[in-house]
Amino acid sequence: MATMIENEVPQGLNADPMIPQLYRVDRVRDETDDTFTFSLVPENGEAKISFLPGQFNMLYVFGTGEVPISISGNPALTSVLEHTTRSVGIVTKAMCLLKPGDQIGVRGPFGSHWPLNEENGRDLVIISGGIGLAPLRPVLYFLMAQREKYRKIVLLYGARAPEDILFKKELERWRGKFDLEVQVTVDRAASGWRGNVGVVTPLVARAPFDPSNTVALLCGPEVMMRFAVMELQKRGVPHDRIYLSMERNMKCALGYCGHCQYGPGFVCKDGPVYRFDQIVSVFGKSEV
Amino acid sequence: MIHTLETVIREHPFFHDFPEEHLSFITGCAKNVQFPEKHFIFLEGDPADEFYFIREGMVSVEMVIPHLGATTVQTLGEGEILGWSWVSPPYRWHFNAKTLKRTRALVFDAKCLRAKCEEDHNLGYEMLKRFASIITSRLDATRLQLLDIYGHND
Repeated sequence: MATMIENEVPQGLNADPMIPQLYRVDRVRDETDDTFTFSLVPENGEAKISFLPGQFNMLYVFGTGEVPISISGNPALTSVLEHTTRSVGIVTKAMCLLKPGDQIGVRGPFGSHWPLNEENGRDLVIISGGIGLAPLRPVLYFLMAQREKYRKIVLLYGARAPEDILFKKELERWRGKFDLEVQVTVDRAASGWRGNVGVVTPLVARAPFDPSNTVALLCGPEVMMRFAVMELQKRGVPHDRIYLSMERNMKCALGYCGHCQYGPGFVCKDGPVYRFDQIVSVFGKSEV
Repeated sequence: MIHTLETVIREHPFFHDFPEEHLSFITGCAKNVQFPEKHFIFLEGDPADEFYFIREGMVSVEMVIPHLGATTVQTLGEGEILGWSWVSPPYRWHFNAKTLKRTRALVFDAKCLRAKCEEDHNLGYEMLKRFASIITSRLDATRLQLLDIYGHND
């Protein structure tokens, strides 16, 4: 597999990052009753897609608006772009109605990425909740393609209920095939559920990884990440080996408009992936 | 390597920095137990005279709700403590605990320990300090569950 991680951060296909590139919806797949993954291909079929796990695109539903959505596909594929999103706002609800053949505008990719090549040779613990698994799916693709470079890989994933678990088949396949420790927990479940019940953060205490040689990647609701960081600190994982993907109201994606200001920087430009020691002074504070 | 009960207890994070003079008494209150899958370790309303360190397996803490049946509020696994109703009156379980897999645990005679804690407040404080920490963590976790953080709000 081509290791794009080793290259420079991709900055989009278009010379002008404010101008969307035209893409066509190739396939739409329902993940849950309100979450879907759609595959996009460039209308200009010659363009090669390139992104790093953790980056996002601005997706423009014509006539409705533009939203930032993390890329959820395989970074090794250069012909198709995948995004997974939940249908919750005006734009994502309109996006949910798109069908194969419909057009959509794409700007990107933007933002920082997960530190994968920088941290090989270590244990990796990935902690995610809800739709937060989507920006980590490219990480899992990447890791499964280069499994031998890492020691233990542990995925701790929390969802609302068993029917809200994303990428079920892939998780099962990876767990069986690539020596991936997967622990899924749900907030509530009917009597037929045989797995964990409860929030994801207590799973950190009993997860099998060596804190002195571990990198943690976190993505999910901010409150979940706050408690996950506390659990990692209790285990002794240092601040400079904890990475988080932050979410703010990104609009221009270039650090011009200021909508996504976070402390002294902008999530669209300096994030969304941060090393914890870089944001420790503002993390968890309201209105920062 | 053979792990004696004392070694297992000493190495458990719950007993980190536990005063040496109390460890042999604590060890005297403990024994190994095994439960098959789908076994009720305790039932709501029964006397809470034990607590457990889960060494292997998985336990569901559940309550039977009319029209919903048995509903799991939490699962506990390896390394976790099961049961803190022994700490405060009326010393009765508030939930059922059922194994989801074959489970190995250490069971502690909490009735004996409770009496000893009444006699020796230093021991009582050490135990309560540790159980308060567990209760706080469980309360935090419950609050997060109540917040419905993965919910469907925009």
